[in-house]
Order: sequence, then structure tokens, then C-alpha cells
Amino acid sequence: MFSYYFNLALRSFRRDKALTALMVLAIALGIGACMTTLTVFRILSGDPIPTKSDRLFYVQMDAGGKQGFVPGEEPADQLTRFDSEALLREKRGLRQTMTTGGFVKISPEREGQVPFTTDARYATADFFAMFEVPMLYGSGWSHADDENRARTVVLSKEVNERLFGGANSVGQRVVLDRTEFTVAGVMDYWRPTPRFYDMTTDRFSESEGVFVPFSTSRDLNLDRQGNIDCWGDTGGDSTGPNAPCAWIQYWVELESASQAGAYRDYLANYSEQQRAAGRFERPTNVRLRNVMELLEHFRVVPNDVVMQLWLGFGFLLVCLVNTIGLLLAKFLRRGSEIGVRRALGASRRAIFAQCLVEAGTVGLFGGVLGLGLALLGLWGVRQQPASYASLAHLDGWMLLLTFVLALVASVLAGVLPAWRAMQVTPAMQLKSQ
Amino acid sequence: MEIRPILSTLRRHKTAAALIVLEIALTCAIICNSLFMISDRITQVFETSGIAEKELLRLQIVSIGNDAEQDARTRADLAALRAIPGVKAATVLNQVPFGWSSWNSGIRLKQEDERPMLNATTYLADEQFVDTLGVNIVAGRNFTADEYREATDLLNRIGNDDSVPVALITRALAERMFPGEDPIGKEFYAWSESPTRVIGVMEHLVRPNTLGGPSAREYTIVFPLRTHYNLGGNYLVRTDPERRQEVMEQAKQVLRAGGNDRILMEENSLTMEEMRSKFHSGSRSMAWLLGVVCVALMLITALGIIGLASFWVQQRTKQIGVRRALGATRGQILRYFQTENFILASIGIAIGMLLAFAINQVLMGKYDTARLPLYYLPTGALMLWGLGQLAVYAPARRAASIPPATATRSA
Repeated sequence: MFSYYFNLALRSFRRDKALTALMVLAIALGIGACMTTLTVFRILSGDPIPTKSDRLFYVQMDAGGKQGFVPGEEPADQLTRFDSEALLREKRGLRQTMTTGGFVKISPEREGQVPFTTDARYATADFFAMFEVPMLYGSGWSHADDENRARTVVLSKEVNERLFGGANSVGQRVVLDRTEFTVAGVMDYWRPTPRFYDMTTDRFSESEGVFVPFSTSRDLNLDRQGNIDCWGDTGGDSTGPNAPCAWIQYWVELESASQAGAYRDYLANYSEQQRAAGRFERPTNVRLRNVMELLEHFRVVPNDVVMQLWLGFGFLLVCLVNTIGLLLAKFLRRGSEIGVRRALGASRRAIFAQCLVEAGTVGLFGGVLGLGLALLGLWGVRQQPASYASLAHLDGWMLLLTFVLALVASVLAGVLPAWRAMQVTPAMQLKSQ
Repeated sequence: MEIRPILSTLRRHKTAAALIVLEIALTCAIICNSLFMISDRITQVFETSGIAEKELLRLQIVSIGNDAEQDARTRADLAALRAIPGVKAATVLNQVPFGWSSWNSGIRLKQEDERPMLNATTYLADEQFVDTLGVNIVAGRNFTADEYREATDLLNRIGNDDSVPVALITRALAERMFPGEDPIGKEFYAWSESPTRVIGVMEHLVRPNTLGGPSAREYTIVFPLRTHYNLGGNYLVRTDPERRQEVMEQAKQVLRAGGNDRILMEENSLTMEEMRSKFHSGSRSMAWLLGVVCVALMLITALGIIGLASFWVQQRTKQIGVRRALGATRGQILRYFQTENFILASIGIAIGMLLAFAINQVLMGKYDTARLPLYYLPTGALMLWGLGQLAVYAPARRAASIPPATATRSA
């Protein structure tokens, strides 16, 4: 029966080419717009580390001065160096790391290469295991390296290509800001999206080119990058161990999500102690957010992208209303044909089914064309200067969703017209002939 | 024109009529909001920066490792840059308009204020800052030679003096800080516990980024503090617009000649025009996108109207024939369909306006959009009325050309 209806649908398309083309075009435009915006949204709002995003927590506490205090306000976005180092020493989580963004200059020693700059990340040893950084060669550095301010470095795959032609460079020398470092490891391509571990710099950019122990970066006074928020007298050194400045991202990995309560109590306790010691002047105000909560809190998806998503769905809705109208016109115009079929014994249910198959067929064609438009739309997105632009690709699930959406939308659009079509009374139609 | 027969016909075609109304309403609502967003983006793209954009070049350079001679080398760099033929002025500064990276500070009006009243960006200026950027001072004066200090001394607390006695501020900031008063001679507190006095007001000078939203775009302060190239690494060079390329090449050579222990950041060494264009590229593409969606929506709606109107004309062929046979003119038939469309469009627009406001309310609550100004509603309404009339014209013409003889034929 289905193939017969399908056949009828194709015949009907051939009879009314303009109207059919119009419907297919409307569905295609709607699907194309919707899938383009949905794909971008999905990429930007995804879980960057699904295996443990519920066990990784970002720590915030209010270390600010009395001046400017507003009860109920969120604590600072980042931690001070003093508090980060204190929490790190106490090691209350399974793993923990303090990290911040930086910027280094590399002087290649190979013939004919010129010095270049790259973004850097200063972190402590657990960073690599916590964030499941894939390693091509070697590994991260050790806790002892952190303590000894070791001149050790982990390179990104890209920087390793540039310096060593992609060879295993573990143990090799690299000169960063005129200081010799030894390569501890080389990362495989790693680009968590969003780049959740630092919310203060570009959230969708590539991960950094080199990774250096935090202690080493301070020892050598390497350039810092990202937000820094100071409140008291910094004495001229805003990155010193006791400076009243928040600029460190502190992460802790717990064994299970359920330990968050206990860790939060520990933080509150720490905060109380600091207040008692006179370091903190504000009431205890701590936050412990897991990865997805953090992304939500920092509204990581740009407003424009959310707005575009709504626009895409709004557009699809208009296209669907349009299709309902056109299908209605199409079916009712064939009133006499339907009358004849009814008179020859077709049940109302059969007419309904036939009309829905025809609507679904429109959706199928619309989906194919819409897929093309979505690919075109995503190509357009990739031409944008935004840092996430290069990620805008359709994956298998979104491909499937395109057709499901097109079919569901068009069948839904067909329900009302099909309902009206099956109400056609055969007698009236036959008489008017 | 009799409206009653139209209404009674529409009553018998409730579903189709409702669909057209719904489509027009949705389109109207989306278009009103989109137009509003487009105009907002266009305002951003065409904002006044307050600087001589067409004459400025930015060069960024960083040292490999720490540079003990950074102050002396900065002076040497500037002297070399200013000596390039065609260069009108050159300056070093901590941050650049449209450069994103910025220095910001809370501003208090009284020393004892618990909370800063606002957050302003701070440019650190040397003697050629005003001349290079082309900032227009509309009240008061520029800094005098004895007012400049080395930024390094202050930042590193050399001499234990962190005071900045004088500053320039923008007119927008002056109006916010001292509404209705003459800002010259007024004092505020920013970096230190000693006051800073306003000595001059600049017509415009934007922040390097959009921190604080559109209202804070020109909350800008300039301090007379000479920086060095390692504080942001920014040199700005002013020249004639047509000599920019040639001067850029020479400036790059001059800086490279200053020693190979520094890296010239090629990708950040651009004309101010290029920087501005990059800065606004997001707004520009959003405006284009919204524009394309609006056009596509109108197109779809128009085609929908054409489709349904054609169907109605076909359905009513006989009825029209009878009316023609009874003496109705072609014009009357034409106007019948045009009026019908006008009525449907009007209902759709009315609903669409309510919907537009509802959408705007949601956007205001969630995405800090401004309130939709009322004049967008008549604009949207006119567009949809026009669209409806345009779309219905062809089917209505076809209806009008139905010969009266049709009435006498049986089918």
C-alpha cells in the first residue's frame, strides 16, 4: 500500500510542479536554517570531557577586600595565588591543579628557523591526568618537577611538528624566553570544546602550544595572559605569592560526584580560617561547580549563537505554516479525485494515509535539499573569523536528525490538510462533475 | 467596496484564512525583532571611535625573555619610527582601540566610597599620544611636559609614589561622572588613594573592547604615564592614508633592526582600519545573517500567499464568472481579492505586533537586548501590507480576467 501511495504522490508532484517545488523549497529552507544553527549550537554547548565532567570541579571563593562588598554577590571568577597554593598543598581531592594562561617566545635551534610566539599554559603536574590529555610521546611532568621549578615543558603536537618535524622529542632541548627547557612529553592533538579549563580567555580557541610548570613560570617571570583582578595594594607585583589578585584557575577531581558536599565544607572551613587569620575580610562565600555547571554559569555559548538558534526554529515554523497552507490547497484542489476514490471504496483512513505519505514525500525531498543548504550554511559559518568557526561540521547524528526533522515536520504539517481531505464527501464531488 | 461578502467568504474558508494570518503574524514578529537587531549591529559597526583611523598603523613587538633595557629601547624605537619619512607622529601605549586587550580600573568619586561608581579603561600616554591618535580635546587642555612620568616607576612603586595627579577623560565619562557640571578641575580616585584631577575632556575615545556593554563604550581615562614596549607591546604610527603601506614596511624594518632578541608580531601589526574591520566582523556577519533571514522569510510568506490565493481563485472561478456576468467590472474583482488580502494581513499584523513584543520581552530578560522601539511596529506592518498586496496581485489579475461566459459553462 505504501509504495502505491508513494507512487501516487510522485504522480501528483508531476501534475503540479510549481506548487510542489514551492513546498519542497519552503521545507528545505527551514530545515537548512535550523540544522545550521543547531549544529553550531551543539558544538558550542557540548560536554568537553564527558567521561568525568561530573567529577571535575572548579573552585571559587571570595578573597576580596571589605571595599566594594555586596552581600549575595558571586565570588571572584578566579583564585589568588596564595589560596591556590594552600589548597594544592593540602591535596584534599583525588587530583588537583592550579593553572593560568601565558605567552612565551620560542627560539628554535634548527638552522633557518626564526623565533616565534605561542600561547602557553602554566599548570601543576596533575593537569594532564585530570583533563585526560592525550600524549603522543613521553608524559606530563612530576610533582617533584613542580617543587623544583624544573625547566621542563610539554609541547603540543603542532609545536612539536614545527620544532622537531613531528619526531619523538622527549629529552630534547627547547629554548623558551632565553631559558633552556627539556621536553617531558608531546601531546597528541587535543582541543576540548569549549576550552573549559580557562573561562577568562577565548573559550573556543585551540589549546595552548606549550605547557610549563606553574612554579617555573613564576621563577622565570614568563608573560601572563588572561584576566587578573586586584583589590588591595599589590606592591608593584600583581603575580607575587601574596598579591591580592585573582588570576588562577583552580580545579579539583573528586572520586565521585557525591563527594562534592564534603569538599565544599572543606572550602568553607578553609575560608573561615582565612577570615579568622584576617586575610579574608568578607563572609565565607565559596562555589564548587562541575564542568557543565561552570559552562552554564559563564554562559559559554555566545548570545548571538543562541539567538541564531531561535531564529532558525522560528524560520522553520513559518516554513511549516506555509507548507500546511499549500498542502491544504493541493489536497482540496483534488477534491474530485478524492471523491472518486472514496466512491470506489477507499476508506477515510486510506485517504488520510495517502495524504500523509504525500506530505512525508515532500519532507523527504525537502530534507535532501535542506541538507545541501545546511552544508552550505555551515560552510558560510566556517568562513567567519570566530575561533569556533573551523569546528562547524555536520556529524552523523546531525545528518540523521536532518532527515528525521524534515520527515516529522512535513508529516505534522500534513495532518491538518489530510484530515480535511478525508472529510471530502464523495456525493458532493461527484455531483458537481 | 462591500466588505461583508468578503467576510462571509472568509468564514467559509476558516482554515486557509487562519493559516495565512498565522504566517503573516509570525513573519511580522520575527522581522520586527530582526530589524531591531540589525539596526543595533549597524550602529555598532558605524560607531565613532574618536581617533584618526585612516591614518594609523599599529605595530606590536615583544621581547624574548625579560628586557632590562626596555625603557631606553622604547625611546630609541620611537625616535627611529618618528624619523621615517611620512610619519607625522608615533607613540607607545599599553592598549589600543579595537585591540581587545585592556586595562581597567574602578572609579570612585570620593575617597571613602565603598564601591566604585563605574569601571573605566585606562590608556597610558606619552607626549605624542594626543597627536598620534588624533583625539579631539573639546574642553580644558592636553598634558604639559612636566606632567608625564615613567609608568614603570609608578607600577614598581619606585619612590613609593603611586599618585596620578592629572588625567584626560572622555565627554561620555564626564557626563556620567559629573552630570550637568563642568568636569574640568573635578577630582576622582582610580589607582591610588590620592586624587586625580580632570584637566581635559576628549570628544570621543573608545575602549579596546566591549566590556561593560554599549553604554560603557567610551568610559575612558588617559593618564600621563610613559610606558615601554613590553607593556602591551603597542606602537601606533600616524601617517597619510595613502602612505600607510610604505610606512608600515619601513616601520617593521626599523623595529626589526632594533635587535634580534625581539619578535615583531606580524599578525597583529595592522592598519587601524583593518583592526576596526576585524573587531566588528561578528556584528557585521550577524547583521547580514539577519538580513538574509528577513528576505527569505518575506519570500516564503509571499509564495505562500500566492499559492493559497491561486487556489481560492481556481475554487471560485464559477462564482467570479457569475459576478462578472451580473455586471461586476474587472476592477471590482481585482479589488475584491486585494481587499480580502488586506483584511487577512491586518489581522496577521495585529497578532504579529503582540508576538513581536512578547519575543522582545523574552530576549530582554535573557540576553540583555534593549526594548523594541515602537516605530519598528509600523515599519514591519507597512512591509507586510506591501508584501501581501504584491503577492496577491498576480492571482487577483488572473481572477479579474475570468470571462463572464464561464458562468454559463457547467464545470
